[in-house]
Amino acid sequence: MAGAAGVLGLLLLLLLGSLGGCGGSTAPPRDSLREELLLSPLPSGDLAATFQFRARWDSELHREGGGPLTLLPAVSHYRLFPKALGQLLSKYLVRELHLSLTQGFWRTRTWGQPYLQAPAGAELWVWFQDSVTDVDKAWKELSNILSGIFCASLNFIDSTNTVTPTASFKPLGLANVTDYHLLRYAVLPREVVCTENLTPWKKLLPCGSKAGLAVLLKAERLFHTSYHSQAVHIRPICRDASCLSVSWELRQTLTVVFDTFSIGQGKRDWSLFKMFSRTVTEACPLASESKIYVDISSKTQENELLEVTPPPLSVHEASVQGDRRTYAVYDLLSPFLFNVSRSLNVQLKWKRPQDSLDLSTPVLHAQRYVSGYGLQTGEISTLIYNTHPYRAFPVILLETVPWYLRLYVHTLVITTKGKENKPSYIHYQPAKDRRRPHLLEMLIQLPANSVTKITIQFERALLKWTEYTPDPNHGFYVSPSVLSALVPSVIAMKAEDAEQSPLFTSLFPSSDGSSYFVRLYTEPLLVNLPTPDFSMPYNVICLTCTVVAVCYGSFYNLLTRTFHVEEPNRGGLAKRLANIIRKVRGVPPL
Amino acid sequence: MGLLSDPYRRRALSRLILRLNTPLCILSYLAGLGWFLGLASPPFTLRSYMSENAMGSTMVEEQFVFGERALSYAREFAGHKKKVGGIPVAWLEKTMWNLGLEVYKQPFSRTLPFPDETRERYMVKGTNVYGILRAPRAASTESLVLSVPCSMGQHNNQAVGLMLALASYFRGQIYWAKDIIFLVNEHDLIGMEAWLEAYHDVNVTEVLSSGMLGRAGAIQAAVSLELSSDVITSFDVAVEGLNGQLPNLDLVNLFYAFCQKNGLLCTIQGKLQRTDWDTLPAYVHSLQTLLLMVLKQGSGRPQGDHGLFLRYHIEAITVRGINSFRQYKYDMGTMGKTLEGMFRKLNNLLERLHQSYFFYLLPSLARFVSIGVYMPAVGGLVLVLVLKISPVPQLQGEWESSGLQQGQA
Repeated sequence: MAGAAGVLGLLLLLLLGSLGGCGGSTAPPRDSLREELLLSPLPSGDLAATFQFRARWDSELHREGGGPLTLLPAVSHYRLFPKALGQLLSKYLVRELHLSLTQGFWRTRTWGQPYLQAPAGAELWVWFQDSVTDVDKAWKELSNILSGIFCASLNFIDSTNTVTPTASFKPLGLANVTDYHLLRYAVLPREVVCTENLTPWKKLLPCGSKAGLAVLLKAERLFHTSYHSQAVHIRPICRDASCLSVSWELRQTLTVVFDTFSIGQGKRDWSLFKMFSRTVTEACPLASESKIYVDISSKTQENELLEVTPPPLSVHEASVQGDRRTYAVYDLLSPFLFNVSRSLNVQLKWKRPQDSLDLSTPVLHAQRYVSGYGLQTGEISTLIYNTHPYRAFPVILLETVPWYLRLYVHTLVITTKGKENKPSYIHYQPAKDRRRPHLLEMLIQLPANSVTKITIQFERALLKWTEYTPDPNHGFYVSPSVLSALVPSVIAMKAEDAEQSPLFTSLFPSSDGSSYFVRLYTEPLLVNLPTPDFSMPYNVICLTCTVVAVCYGSFYNLLTRTFHVEEPNRGGLAKRLANIIRKVRGVPPL
Repeated sequence: MGLLSDPYRRRALSRLILRLNTPLCILSYLAGLGWFLGLASPPFTLRSYMSENAMGSTMVEEQFVFGERALSYAREFAGHKKKVGGIPVAWLEKTMWNLGLEVYKQPFSRTLPFPDETRERYMVKGTNVYGILRAPRAASTESLVLSVPCSMGQHNNQAVGLMLALASYFRGQIYWAKDIIFLVNEHDLIGMEAWLEAYHDVNVTEVLSSGMLGRAGAIQAAVSLELSSDVITSFDVAVEGLNGQLPNLDLVNLFYAFCQKNGLLCTIQGKLQRTDWDTLPAYVHSLQTLLLMVLKQGSGRPQGDHGLFLRYHIEAITVRGINSFRQYKYDMGTMGKTLEGMFRKLNNLLERLHQSYFFYLLPSLARFVSIGVYMPAVGGLVLVLVLKISPVPQLQGEWESSGLQQGQA
């Protein structure tokens, strides 16, 4: 009897176990990781390397007690999505978060249009959910927590450098309500990026820097570059083409530009080992896709301008930023890749030197500088170039100017080809001293093949003497301005499925195939404010005390001294001596 | 304050001034003049020192070795300049491009109010060519300028060669925090002013120029180089700028410090400094140097291309290589090392130069007279005027009282 019950129990257990096992194997994976490295030679001969690590977290929609639909990570089981960021999303009801730390400036004119650009310094912009009650409080706490996670001084973000743009920063992920009061944007132009910021960024990756493409991220070589930008983008996306369910997407991107002139001693050849002092040996085991793309568009245009070794297993063609481009693909997960050697070292050799002075200029680029001289007034001038031969398109310009440069909006002048160009939309929020900065947003139409100049005059304020930094003669920074535009493309681009196409084509949502979205940043400006002589407080104290002591004494004397007539009397010897001394001194005698 | 509140004393004092007015005036005038002439002597001068902390403490080894390259660039430039008959724009653009700089050119033109003596022309047309060395990992917020004037004939060819050699050396270094602009300006001061006006987007002298395309942020300091021979015997520095404005004294001290470090002979006003300080001939020599500087400042004319930078709050000096009949000559390598050292120190600056004096007189390169010391000379001259007008209230009182008496009587 017991034996039969035992056998039955075992059978039951086996059945349940197999059911459970079947159930486990047929349930869809909850999150996925894709990693990608894009190596693109830039028109000026430098090399840009863009790493993208995308973790997609399939959480459930969560409805908070019958209220509006709130996207929240449902459970607290974190596998590929980092727990630090997941907890942030649920605590502060964040819809989208974009943080970038950049050192250097992307020179659009010589390097071409970037895939993802970031302003010099630290930039943070966040869309909150509409169930947030106090957006400013959530913003302040969020920026402080991010400052701790990334070891960056984001705690300096306060109301004097935070603005609420109305049109420039639309959500990049799914959004049904876009009330711009839920958006906050801040830039800290003085921040630098160093190993302290790279390490926590690398720690968020599922494989860390131990396997996959992240082994190339060694600080010693990464910080030998002309431009270094690392970013974290979190947004909700559709899980598939039908968009019935929503997932969270975390993209970690890192862009570096290697100066091949100084590395290669004049020759523009490069290899992975020369740049990163490492080669790739395996893909990250947790990744569902791990690829290296090399831009070989120049190869097909003219005959055999460059040569890539090892020869790629496949070639991918895509229309990116209005251009037909060809990419050599190295799939780290394919078994054929590591047949020849254990490690992959992609090399590129230029057969012919590049033509010197004819660079193809990008369709949209901009420049900003301060005109005028002196410490009282000045003028911020922005030049926007549209080099498209026949298409005009509008651009949204967002300027954030700190309060101590007092802008005079009546001096705003926009000229194109000598004629005045009126913007079709202006949103201006004046500054409040020590509270908030100026915000100027304009929608400007750029005619074809033209240069538009936007100038606005300002006056430099005199700060209170305790508000000066220890190095006031260094100057004060003005954050970079943002240009957002839908640039018309030369060729028709077909919308590709986000899951099949490479990561670098799917960051910005493209609505139709005739134009692509571009966001550009201009240079930060360094402006000197009139500084007092900081030794003056000591001098003033000395002078005031001297004047008070001397003048007060004599005035008191003048006002209160009375004169009496004294009878002269002849006294003793001592008195006579004293009188002589008194006469010499000029004082009346005793 | 018994002196001023005692009526007896006050009257005695004013009577003294009245009685001795002319002798006192002559005395104060002579005291002011004597003080001024005495400025060149040791009690009034201080040894120069670096005030800016960021420029003081680093001791780096300069590694510039491209002296030969500088000479070959100079020969090529001379040949092309002769062929073109002006500034060889195409050759300069191509050479700067091959060095890895971002090259731009700026054509300008100006109608002179009076015809130029040498060529009897009213319209001056020229082109400035400049290349920008972008510092790695910097957002182009600050920059330094090394400018060389492109003169007619055989002048300043070696300066262009040295500039190009320095550019090629600087391009390979990783430590630049500021962009460096290498500028070759045509027609000396007119070209320099055209470039500065276009850079700052102002219109002060109505020079017509095409807009400037390449910018590098706020310029912190500039050095203008003039060199017309392959080897030199000394480096001369010119400080006086437009309308007598002077650069910060730290820049002159920087030049002197690096000349001493590399063993280069350096002069000011073309005069070598003497080592004996206490003798009469040394005093006369210092006085001559000082008076030359005062005269040049008084003329208001900039003594080099650097003089035009000062208006824009950019500290600048002009460094000239002099080749005289001296035994010991210095080659391009030493000159390059000196300039490299200066630029590396300027690269270290965190703030604009503001710590040292802006108003000073230089009896020699190692000594200076600050404004606090030379002002009493002017004070002595102004005291004459004060003495002349100070007894007037007393006199007025006396006239009134005598007038009253006369009126009464």
